Amino acid sequence: MSSYWLGLAGGLFIGLAAALLLLLNGRIAGISGILGRLLAGDQLPTNGAFILGLILGPVLYTMVFGHPPVITITAPWPLLIAAGLLVGFGTRLGSGCTSGHGVLGLARLSPRSFAAVVTFLVAGVITVTLLRKFSL
Amino acid sequence: MNNQIIRIATALLCGLIFGFGLSLSGMLNPVRVQGFLDIFGAWDPTLAFVLGGAVVVAFCGVTLAKRMQHPVFEWTFYLPTSKRIDSPLIIGSALFGIGWGLAGFCPGPAIASLSQGLWQTALFVLAMVTGMVLHDRFFKKG
Repeated sequence: MSSYWLGLAGGLFIGLAAALLLLLNGRIAGISGILGRLLAGDQLPTNGAFILGLILGPVLYTMVFGHPPVITITAPWPLLIAAGLLVGFGTRLGSGCTSGHGVLGLARLSPRSFAAVVTFLVAGVITVTLLRKFSL
Repeated sequence: MNNQIIRIATALLCGLIFGFGLSLSGMLNPVRVQGFLDIFGAWDPTLAFVLGGAVVVAFCGVTLAKRMQHPVFEWTFYLPTSKRIDSPLIIGSALFGIGWGLAGFCPGPAIASLSQGLWQTALFVLAMVTGMVLHDRFFKKG
């Protein structure tokens, strides 16, 4: 039960970050978009600062709670490479990921983002179901 | 003070809050994310709480933004203008979903957990960046 509350609390912080970036800087806190623009050399200082902050987030968490966040990775390295390529290519082609389409898109009631969220959720569910079926 | 310096500080702060929230939510952990997608197995609904909480607060932000002439430190809002549900959106999102399920990482948690010094995360992010660059170099429209 408590993990649901932690999830909700974490979500509130994520939403706060997204709301602040929009209200103060007028930007969408979509991680794939920000990283993509950073790689393209667009708005280097602000996009770089956001990514740096994002990387420091778990460090702040560790300082506050006295232990690092739990990360358990089960995927073997070939799967990690394939997954990374798909996530990188797919989020650029689809103009967003769980943050841009998922958080901001749904909050903006964007039909495009609704379609994107349904699509990546269905694709993710099918993928994990197949992984479990073949016990990978 | 120079607005650009404030914008950089704002971006840093927002990234920090975002990464902290991800850590608190438990969604840095790929096993938990895959658990959410495993609806026919041992389903872990936590991600729905994370997304729900985030969307509600972001919705308040969006509502407030609509009443503002411009953002506090900028002259205009930079919002997506495309309204069409087209094949790049659907194909891209489907490819992303497959990759998301395979490793349990989406871009935010993958980048945030770079600070935890795991080679698996570094490898994933390297592949993800490669995928982005490949797209932007060979498939970008316009």
